[in-house]
Amino acid sequence: MRRTLPQVAKVIRSKNAGPFELTLDIIFKTPGDFRLFRRRRIITARRIAALYGVAEADVLGIVYFEPCDAIKITLRRWVPSGSPGDSDIYGAQQHAPLLGITF
Amino acid sequence: MAARASEFRVLAPTAILGYGFPASSFLRGMRRRPHLIGVDAGSTDPGPYYLGAGTSFTNRAAVKRDLRFMLVHGVRSGIPVVIGSAGGAGARPHVRWCRGIIEEIAAEENLAFTLGVVYADMPRKVVAAAMRRGAVTPLPCVPPLTEAALDASARIVAQMGVEPLCAALEAGCQVILCGRCYDPAVFAAPAIRAGFDRGLALHMGKILECAAIAATPGSGADCVLGVLRRDSFVLESLNPRRRFTRASTAAHTLYEKSDPYHLPGPGGVLNLEDCAFRELSGGRVEVRGSRFEPAPDYRVKLEGARKIGYRTISIAGVRDPVMIGAIDEILDGVRAQVEAILGADKIAGRVTFHVYGRDGVMGAREPRRRRPAHELGIVIDAVAPTAADSEAICGVTRSTLLHYGYPGRIATAGNLAFPFSPSDAKMGAAYEFSVYHLMPVEDQRIFRREIRAIGGRRGGRP
Repeated sequence: MRRTLPQVAKVIRSKNAGPFELTLDIIFKTPGDFRLFRRRRIITARRIAALYGVAEADVLGIVYFEPCDAIKITLRRWVPSGSPGDSDIYGAQQHAPLLGITF
Repeated sequence: MAARASEFRVLAPTAILGYGFPASSFLRGMRRRPHLIGVDAGSTDPGPYYLGAGTSFTNRAAVKRDLRFMLVHGVRSGIPVVIGSAGGAGARPHVRWCRGIIEEIAAEENLAFTLGVVYADMPRKVVAAAMRRGAVTPLPCVPPLTEAALDASARIVAQMGVEPLCAALEAGCQVILCGRCYDPAVFAAPAIRAGFDRGLALHMGKILECAAIAATPGSGADCVLGVLRRDSFVLESLNPRRRFTRASTAAHTLYEKSDPYHLPGPGGVLNLEDCAFRELSGGRVEVRGSRFEPAPDYRVKLEGARKIGYRTISIAGVRDPVMIGAIDEILDGVRAQVEAILGADKIAGRVTFHVYGRDGVMGAREPRRRRPAHELGIVIDAVAPTAADSEAICGVTRSTLLHYGYPGRIATAGNLAFPFSPSDAKMGAAYEFSVYHLMPVEDQRIFRREIRAIGGRRGGRP
């Protein structure tokens, strides 16, 4: 049976990493699900690019952080923080597309 | 003082100066006889306006309340009080603003101390000279610096590292007020000067700068204590309602960073590859293995903002289902009409529609933008080179949208529900980040310092 990301993650969030980058954190409830995601490469640049409608090259990095069973994804901000057309100065509400990930 | 001490205790009262903290937590921290009270006051998170305009994003009364606790207890206990990134953005007007608050408190509380003020402003010609040498490099996703961007920047600051703070302590300063500062340096500098390991001190500072945000339940408005030892540091909450856990501490390491294993800062990189987090009794966490790796050249991060014009906004709601169903076409139509009017009058500027209930938060990235809600909140956002033009653009866009005739329209009296009169709000000057680059620093005296004797009677009120 397919599961959704919110079923296995306790934190799913977005935030600026400086004014020009956006970083997404997924912190898993258990090391088991974290390792499953890492082993099966469920989160890829291609998948993130498709979810956000950005170019794959704008997905700057996917890092697995063992000390807290977390995946960190960093994207190029589509508009720098506070420049005309920006809609989220702190970048704190850009995580919702991740909630629909199933595996 | 503590050159041979076995531990260095740091009281971190709040995540941002002005966010507040319970007095009980602070006093519990003072009873632990800290060697330092440190606070970070800044961030680029609130956007480019505050750096550009020279104003604080925190409230003056709230900053004064927090500072009063820190100064009264710090000065009377004879321990240093260090404030980083004064006024949020940490440029000269922000530092002066915070210095004024410090002087007011000192007078009201009859405190006497030596104040060291370290400025982070970088003269344009220094940055220009480095740029012409090819020594200024952009951070990821940032365009290369140009003469034009530099000339247009209202202010440029550099994030100082621990060195100017150590020098101010060396010069006998008891209270140190810094301009833009690498957040961990506030907490690490006094410990490094006392002989503790730079990597551990910076990593502890990295966590303390957010105070209880790294505890659980997290809070930006509560106090924590960091205890630095020779080969580890220990974090503890000063409020019994919170505790540090391995997970809360490690999770904080992710926060606002693109790579949690390598945290670059002034003069080098904090390497956390071998870092270990261990839970101790009493809601404490011990951290080991954090290493500082000096870079071959000492570089600092520059931040600058330039004025792009003025902004006027108008907020209105839409409840009509026919209009909501055709909202894209309607906004395109309004935009075309407005551009024709403005073009004829030679008014320059741009309009952005923030459409809440459709894609106001994510814009074109919104996967559900084709399924809008039953009501929409529209923010008309007009930016133009002059204030008068931004008001004109906002006004004509608002009136055009209000009475725009669209196919199938049955609500012919008006398209918008305004919550306010006046309907338009002048937002003042608008800025954007113009500099976000690295620059080498050879002489730390580029961070200008002034030393002032504050207050009359030595030691303050008995």
